[in-house]
Formats: sequence, structure tokens, C-alpha cells
Amino acid sequence: MSAAPADREGRWAWRLTRFMTVCVYIFMFAPILATIVLSFNASRFGGFPMTGFSLHWYGVLWQNAAVVTAFKASLWIALVTAVVTTIVGVLTALALVRFDFRGKEALGTLVILPALVPETILGVGLLILIKSIDQPRTLTILILGHILLALPYVVLIAQARMISVRRVYEEAAMSMGASRFATFREVTLPLLVPAVAAGALLAFTISFDNTSASLFWRPAGVETMPTQILAMLKTSISPEVNALGTVMIVMTVGIPLLGGAIASALTHLNRRKSREDAR
Amino acid sequence: MPDRVTEPSDPRPLAAGVSAGASAGASAAPAVEFNDVQIAYGKFIAVHNFSLSIEKGSFVTLLGPSGCGKTTLLRAVAGLVGISSGQIAIGGRRIDDVPIYKRNIGLVFQNYALFPHKTVFDNVAFGLKYHNVPKADIAPRVARALEMVRLAGSERKLPSQLSGGQQQRIALARAIVFEPEVLLLDEPLSALDANMREEMRVEIKKIQKQTGITAIFVTHDQEEALSMSDRIVVMSAGKAEQIGSPTDVYDRPATTFVADFLGKANLLAATVKDRDAGGVSVTLSTGQTVRVATDRQVAAGDKVSVVVRPQKLAVGSELPNRLSGRVLSTSYLGSRIIYEIDLGQGSIIRANVAVVTEPVREGETIEVGFDPADCVLL
Repeated sequence: MSAAPADREGRWAWRLTRFMTVCVYIFMFAPILATIVLSFNASRFGGFPMTGFSLHWYGVLWQNAAVVTAFKASLWIALVTAVVTTIVGVLTALALVRFDFRGKEALGTLVILPALVPETILGVGLLILIKSIDQPRTLTILILGHILLALPYVVLIAQARMISVRRVYEEAAMSMGASRFATFREVTLPLLVPAVAAGALLAFTISFDNTSASLFWRPAGVETMPTQILAMLKTSISPEVNALGTVMIVMTVGIPLLGGAIASALTHLNRRKSREDAR
Repeated sequence: MPDRVTEPSDPRPLAAGVSAGASAGASAAPAVEFNDVQIAYGKFIAVHNFSLSIEKGSFVTLLGPSGCGKTTLLRAVAGLVGISSGQIAIGGRRIDDVPIYKRNIGLVFQNYALFPHKTVFDNVAFGLKYHNVPKADIAPRVARALEMVRLAGSERKLPSQLSGGQQQRIALARAIVFEPEVLLLDEPLSALDANMREEMRVEIKKIQKQTGITAIFVTHDQEEALSMSDRIVVMSAGKAEQIGSPTDVYDRPATTFVADFLGKANLLAATVKDRDAGGVSVTLSTGQTVRVATDRQVAAGDKVSVVVRPQKLAVGSELPNRLSGRVLSTSYLGSRIIYEIDLGQGSIIRANVAVVTEPVREGETIEVGFDPADCVLL
């Protein structure tokens, strides 16, 4: 008997929670969904109502030289950022987890700092720095900036994984005659592969869709995808922008998903192979 | 204290399979030698002035409770822990500055530590590859090692497809396949369940004898130590309490710690009454007088402890030393009975006796006896 009112209260609490959750998801995903849906709109105006399904705006996008250039620029910047950040990040994590040296804690904090400082401040800061030493804004500076932004995440991922790779594996390898380098190559690195892959994908994504910092750092005449979108929005809200947005969404969501799918497929394949071999 | 630690090893003959090789190289350097080794972490001293010489082909166990420094010593031999002072030599060669990968040791861990991303074959072949074994010899040697641990044909499996016991056997094969000078075993049985543990105990010992490899084994389990070792080093708080054969440390404990750690002996506080040719008469704190066969030099009035194993006590026997008390608890185990007996004055002993008469019930008085030769004076 006494449980009944509490039950009713509980039920209402759950309903409210569910309602709030749905609202939050709608708030988060409705714009994305709208962009994707509207990119297939046949109308000449970038808004509802839909007048028909069409790939017209993707065709327009493909014809737009500025967009294609920006896309290529973003792709290259993101690729270089991913490669450099992954190498530097994994090595930094290795140093932070496996070695003791002076200033280790300070280094650990410094590496993470760019993730905590607001991007605008970071953008202005780097800009002031290169101005003060009389350097022009170049593509290199832009890429360095992106590396700075992505590094904390790669280090954090690699560090977490490194801690879970037990040290005994390395000790075992060394006891069997493998030098430190051979141990890293044969044992540590293969066990870090998931972290390395995840870090690389994340770095790529962070660089590919970075907007605010890129606005500060990009050299004159260079547009990345996000800055190109901004430039296009200044003149009009053309349905072309919706198509471009959809391409961005597919890239930034699709690439990590694809990476994850490939990784899990590879593990399954390996498992099955060794099981068949064992028979 | 120090004289006990540096006490020369008794020239007991080694187990048959090993003695030939060992005695042939009698003049050769010991397989492993610790000379006044001290290991400190900052201010904490993990190992104090430890000296020990390990004969080639012997099985030596470092036994002690956790935190006694036994694992630290093992890791120092491996080169995973630096020593603060003293020397460690393997085969007469000082290794203080030799990095782990040049020490030629085999290491077996508590949690197997098989490389999860490599097959059994690649795990076992790992050491061969880095010891410059010709490619053509690798496969046959891996096969032989796997045969030795009774896992022939498992080359293509991944460690995750093996049970704990199988993984530890692979780890053992991996550690001995490149014929290291010393095999270091760091609590290799602790992660296994009880049945598997006993099986592995026999297996490790068998393989060690077969290969004639020198082994250092670390454990906190006295049964493992007693059943496997040629010599046992009982350690406590970073010091060697006693070094000797299993029968030495069990029957003739050098300290009360050793007596208590190995098999929970009864420790009776006593005062020396007088001594004669055959031994010593002591008065227990409970008032009873017992005789102890010992050649220890003691004078009347000295405070001593009498150590008696629970199994050495017999109920109502004709033995000369008799103790009587009230039974606190009776545990009937079929062939044996364990009594907890209150001798008065807060002195409680355990007796593990064969079942010959009806069990004495709790609360009743009981008389137990032991032989003067079956106890130790400390």
C-alpha cells in the first residue's frame, strides 16, 4: 500500500526524464538532420518546404572550384595533422607513462593545456606570437596550430591505452633478449594499435572541422572547408551550403565509424584465422 | 644474525639427475651469487645485506610473506630493479651494469605475460630470435619446448584460447627454450586454481631436473617451497632468516619467525633449568618441565623458546615430555584430529594427532607428549 504513491512518483520522474532526454536529442540532432534533408531539396531556396528530391546541389558543389580547392586543402591539412600528431602523441604518452624524468608532471599538464584553453584565445595567442617574430601566416603555421589542438586528445587516448598495456609484456620481451627498441616495435606498438588508430582518426576529425582557430591562422587566399562554408554563408543561404554541410557531416562522422568497423573486422578476421589454423 | 645468513651451504648431494654436471663443475663459479646485496627505494630498504651462493643446476626458493623483499631480489637478478650496493654475479660474471636483455635469463611471471597479439609459436620463438638462433633451428626447438610442457601442436593458437594452466606452461616453455643460464620464477603458481597448482608444481620441478637449469623460485607458499626446493631461503623484512634444505628449515628452524611461518609450530616460552650431556631441561611458563635434545650452548636461567610441531605431539603416550591441559576445540578429520589445548597461563598449543582412541571432547582434560629429539630450542 505504502509503495503505491512512491511508485507513481517514480513513474512520473521517469516520464519527465525521458521527455527531457528526447528534447535534448532533438535539440542536438534536428539541425543536422535538417541540413542533410534540405541538401536533397530541389528548391532554389535553402529552406523548407521541400519541393522534391534532387542531387542537384551536390552537382553544383562539384562544379564550384573554390569548394573543391577548400576540400582538398582541408583534406591535406587534416592528413598531415593526423600523421604528425599520432607519432608525436604516442611517443609523448610513452614518455609520460613509462619513464621518469624531471618536469614530467609539468610536461603532462602542458600537453593537455591546449584542450582546456578556449580556442579563440589559442587562435589569437598563436597569431600574436607569429606577428611578434615577424613571420607570415603560412600553411605550415596553420598545420602546426592544428597539431597543437589535436595533440592533447591523442596523448590522452594513447596514455590510457599504455597504462592498460601491462609492463610485464615489455619486461618479458627484454628478458628474452629484445632491446628496448625491439621491445617497443614487437610488443608495445602492436598492443597500442587501437589507440594509435583512434588517435589518428580523432586528430583527422579535429583538424578537418576546425573553424574558429583556422579563421585566425589561415594564410591569405587559403580556405578550409569550414571557413569556405562561413564565406558562402556571408552572401546567401544557398542550398549548396546544405550539401556542403552534409559532406562535412559524412566525413567527420563517417571516418571514425569506418575506422572502428575496419578495426573490428580485422580482429574478427585474425581470430578466425588463428582458430582455423589451430584446427 | 649475520653468521646465520652467511653460513656455508651444507654439502648435501644434489638430486641425482643434476649431480653429474654440477660436481664436474665443482670448481666453477656458482650459477648465481649475491654478495652483500642491498636494495633501497629512497629511504625504504627492501633488502638488507643479502649474500647467497647458488649452485649450478639447483632449485632455490625465496620464501616469505609479501613485502619481505623476495620478489625484489628476483627482479634484481633479472635487471628490473637496480641494487644500491653489493654485487650480483651470474656464472661468475658481474651483472650490475648489464642490461636485462643481455643477462641471459628466463623469466616466468605470476600472470603469464604471454604476448596477447602473438601466437604460441611466436611467443616461444621470441627468445630464440633474439639469441641469434639460425632460422632453420627455430621451429624444431619450439616444437621440442612445447613437447616438454605437454602442449605439442598448439603452435598456432593465441594465448586467449588457452586456459590459465596452459598459458603458464607456454610461459615456461618460452622462458627455457633459449637455454638461459638461470630460470627466474616469480610466484608462477599463484594465479592458478588449487588443482592446477599442484600439477604445475610437479611439472615445473620435473622440467627443471630434466634440463638441469638453475632455478630461483619466489613464493609465499610454504608447501610449494618445501616440495620443490633443493634449498630454501626464508625471508622476513628484507633479511634472510634462514638458508637451508627443506628439512633444515622445517625441522630445525633457526628463528621463531621461521618456525611460525613454516607450518605454524607451537612456541612455548621457557627458562633453562640445567643442562647435561644429552640436552637441556627447561621449565615452561606453565610450570611443567620438559627435556630438549640440543647442542645449543645455554646457561641456567636463560629465557628460551621450545618449538614443537603439532604433528610431533601424541595423546597419552609413553613419551618423556608430557603436557596436560584443557581441550578448547576438537577438529575430527577422519585419520587425524586437531586439538587446541589450553595449558594455562594463556599458553595455547595445537596438536595434530593420529586417531587411535575416541576423540577427547571439548572441555575435558588431555595429556599430550613429545620426544626430546622432536623439538627445537631457540
